[in-house]
Amino acid sequence: MNSFTFTQAAAVDAAVREKASHDGAAYIGGGTNLVDLMKENVARPTHLIGLKKLGLDTIENTPDGGLRLGALATNADTAYHPEVISRYPLLNQAILAGASPQLRNMATDAGNLMQRTRCYYFYDLATPCNKREPGTGCSAIGGYNRVCGILGTSDSCIATHPSDMCVALAALDTIVRVSGPNGERTIKFEDFHRLPGNHPERDNTLEPGELITGLDLPKKGFSENFSYLKLRDRSSYAFALVSVAAALELDGNTIKDARLALGGVAHKPWRDQAAEAMLVGQPATADTFRRVAAKVLENAKGYGENTFKIELAKRAIVRALKQATEMKEAVDTNAFLNSNP
Amino acid sequence: MTLQTDYIGKPTNRVDGPAKVTGGAKYAAEYNVPNMLYGYVVSSPIAKGKITKIDAAPVLALAGVQQVFSHENVPHYAFFDRSYQDEIAPGGSPFRPLYDAEIKFSLQPVALVVADTFELARYAASVLYIEYEEVAHETKLSQHIDDAYEPGTGKTGYQPPKSRGNFGKGWKEGVAHVEAQFSHHAQHHNPMENFATTVEWLGDKYLNIYDKTQGAFNSQLLVTKIFGLSKEQARVVSKYTGGGFGSGLRPQYQLLLAVMASLELERSVRVSLTREQMFSFGHRPETMQHVALAAAADGSLTGINHFAVAETSQFEDFTENVVGWSGMLYDCKNVALGYRLAKLDVYTPLDMRAPGAASGSIALEIAMDEMAYAAGLDPLEFRIRNYSDRDQAQDLPYSSKALRKCYHEGAAKFGWEKRTAEPGSMRDGNLLVGWGMGGGVWDATTKPATVRASLDADGHLTVSSGTNEIGTGTYTIMTQIAAESMGLPIEAVTFVLGDTELPESPLQGGSWTAASVGNSVVEACAALGEKLLKQAQKMDSLAFKDVKIEDVQFANGQMRLRSDSTKAMVLRDVVQASGEGKIEAQNAKEKSKLAALKPPKYSMHAHNAVFVEVKVDPDLMTVHVTRVVNAVAAGRILNPKTARSQVLGSVVWGLGMALMEESVMDHRFGRYMNHSLAEYHVPVNADIHDIDVIFVNEEDDKVNPLGIKGIGEVGMLGVAGAVANAIYHATGKRVRDMPITVDKLL
Repeated sequence: MNSFTFTQAAAVDAAVREKASHDGAAYIGGGTNLVDLMKENVARPTHLIGLKKLGLDTIENTPDGGLRLGALATNADTAYHPEVISRYPLLNQAILAGASPQLRNMATDAGNLMQRTRCYYFYDLATPCNKREPGTGCSAIGGYNRVCGILGTSDSCIATHPSDMCVALAALDTIVRVSGPNGERTIKFEDFHRLPGNHPERDNTLEPGELITGLDLPKKGFSENFSYLKLRDRSSYAFALVSVAAALELDGNTIKDARLALGGVAHKPWRDQAAEAMLVGQPATADTFRRVAAKVLENAKGYGENTFKIELAKRAIVRALKQATEMKEAVDTNAFLNSNP
Repeated sequence: MTLQTDYIGKPTNRVDGPAKVTGGAKYAAEYNVPNMLYGYVVSSPIAKGKITKIDAAPVLALAGVQQVFSHENVPHYAFFDRSYQDEIAPGGSPFRPLYDAEIKFSLQPVALVVADTFELARYAASVLYIEYEEVAHETKLSQHIDDAYEPGTGKTGYQPPKSRGNFGKGWKEGVAHVEAQFSHHAQHHNPMENFATTVEWLGDKYLNIYDKTQGAFNSQLLVTKIFGLSKEQARVVSKYTGGGFGSGLRPQYQLLLAVMASLELERSVRVSLTREQMFSFGHRPETMQHVALAAAADGSLTGINHFAVAETSQFEDFTENVVGWSGMLYDCKNVALGYRLAKLDVYTPLDMRAPGAASGSIALEIAMDEMAYAAGLDPLEFRIRNYSDRDQAQDLPYSSKALRKCYHEGAAKFGWEKRTAEPGSMRDGNLLVGWGMGGGVWDATTKPATVRASLDADGHLTVSSGTNEIGTGTYTIMTQIAAESMGLPIEAVTFVLGDTELPESPLQGGSWTAASVGNSVVEACAALGEKLLKQAQKMDSLAFKDVKIEDVQFANGQMRLRSDSTKAMVLRDVVQASGEGKIEAQNAKEKSKLAALKPPKYSMHAHNAVFVEVKVDPDLMTVHVTRVVNAVAAGRILNPKTARSQVLGSVVWGLGMALMEESVMDHRFGRYMNHSLAEYHVPVNADIHDIDVIFVNEEDDKVNPLGIKGIGEVGMLGVAGAVANAIYHATGKRVRDMPITVDKLL
């Protein structure tokens, strides 16, 4: 870890100005990922701008009937917020499927979007990694890529975005609010994270200096029929091999509206709107779900160690949509034996 | 040996519990000695080659950096290999940190940066410029099966497997046959406490060395040999060890680096390893195994063939007993066993919980399950039909063996009789239910140990021995035994350990500490009793005149005549009358050493039987272990509470080995890639459900006076195999490559 200076920002404008005036500065919220990256010398910021005094930690209803999550609300406070539990239970489930209670108590909602991949090679300075050091090559291709992506990958990078929360946020049509040197703007969640292409070092579409101030959930929360299914190598404190956020609006057994997003499979939360469109108007049956699952994975590419994810993802999609339809089983299969998340 | 049972055998809370939960228990990196420097280890990014350049100048120019140690400036303290061999070093040429430019394994320590603060040392280490010349490395075991060789007996405790009878004949006699290959990757111990050493410089090369270890004397031995120090100069202290599992059996390189830096700089120095660096030394070696079994129509085994190849380093032959157990767990005349090593560019493997047996039992117990199906027998019935009543490997009777009780009591508790044999035939709603079993055998070893017992004038007994507490309950059980022996309340007894200034004790490992130190505590207390009697006889008490020690008993803080308990003296008064402030005695190590040299008349082993239930999602193939019953026959259980905890931990280890635990190497880099606790998966609480531990009654007056067999390792045996067998029973899928992750079941 290198030496760095630290400022506690008092206001959003001040934070943005501070960032612009320091080369190598980074914002720090809960620090649950950034500090690890600094200890491993993956991130070497020379100046940290603390955000914890900015406020921005409230969760409030918006005039259009949605819900605004402050950028600095913790993952734990968000998951257990009454409005989230009652109106956006998919988000509640996704957050609680991630990390551990201790981490969720520290981690912020904006920080969850900003966390970086857990690809082994990204973390190990002894190995080449295009995301860490552009141009050095991708060690995961041809290497130990069990945790890596199968959709939207490139020859430069097959890393995945590690978040659970973001998979639900993608499915729910969230809007990301940001402030930057050029003022405020909003970014559709789908457009926030990038595919790796030739620039895997860029995880998202934030412009230099921009700061996330909040996340706006629209009114529609799919609180009647939803499922967040996370499949992983152990029951807690493990990243998803495959996760699925599924949300349905049903009229009897007919699907009126649908949302479907996957985690653990791509450089970004993988929402598939074509698959969603395929679901609409169809009966909520295993047959429908299987066809849709096949469609979602149509262009998937395995890299050896992770090729099993293609089949696993198909089965997970079918199961998540079934769970969303029936709302019988515990939502997270990992929790099917005891109700504690 | 007949005992009163005020304390021995009673569930007793850990006497060190309050210290541990209040932070009072100090670990090696927590001794904050004055004026201390911090060393940070730089690790090699390559697996093989040499260092061609180190540019330390820019780092040395940083204010607060004291020195950069590397092969370029560390003196060669010792020349011969024997100086670098610790007590359990396997045959070969031990690794010498910062000795020369050669790189022998990835993450090899190549430099030590010493600075005024930890943070500065860490930063300076990250910018130290080192150039390497890389050469091709070999890390794939599967590519070196053909050049594997039979190792020598250089390592203490290693027994080359002994074949018997004629396997080829037995194979032909059988009507049912099973033959299969098994494998698992390397595993790293990953105790919670990282390895660390704090060396306190006392002047004139006198050092207090606070080390993370499972054997303070072993650390001292190595330090004195390499650095030419006397034992007085190299006192090693290790009061608490935050998990061992075998990783602390050999001194690790941070000890040598911290001592070296302290001697060179004449300052106190601490060196702590990072979690990543915990993957830079010993580990459970990867093995590839082949098992063939043949059975007659009645299910009796006519032939057993078990062959294993394991990895070792290029410089030492690490050996463990992988296949030998297959020649003794079941009755069979024709047994062919083989064990070979293949040299790879990795660090030397190291004993890890139930070393060898944990690896070998997976293959044997899965093969036994396969054979039960091939022979059309229930897996439990099949094992009972092949019950071994005599150790055929050593051709000796067992000192005791209550494995049959384990089978019966374990099966009854589990409800095994309700099992239907057909794979996939049991369900819980939509979930597939699988029941599998396994079991194992582990040595009951007693080693020479010395213990001092000292009673002070307040009537407080201090018993001490330089053994270690690795979380197993050593402080507690020794306190129980001493209290029992001297007839004192447990509060009046303190057990002291983890210091080379105490009487010498063996390494804390091999499940032998309870038996070795425990029996020595009894001996030391007996010796103290004799001294107390002699002192009493000097006092004006006619009652004890001409009384022999056999006529005396110790109870309620008194010495009494067995024949007349009203004739008693308070122990405190006896000590006070001596005018010495204390009366103390030590057991005779030589006596137990001689006993250890006699050829054994009995085969002395602990056994267990494990029953496992899994539930498997038939579509997603996710596995949950919902119930485990582990029945253990391990002689006298000193403290059912701490013993149960040990077996619970063993079961958790077995589940991890079966389902998730592996150090994954990228062979292109010759480097373990999942070197963090986030990615090296061990079970979390949510993975653990019902675990039932049964200690079956097993009295053994031959194994040692207290009848103790040790339980640290036996509880793990058979668990991983039982999980694999349960998964087969649930799904019909036979996975022989551990761990059984979801991709292998899809």
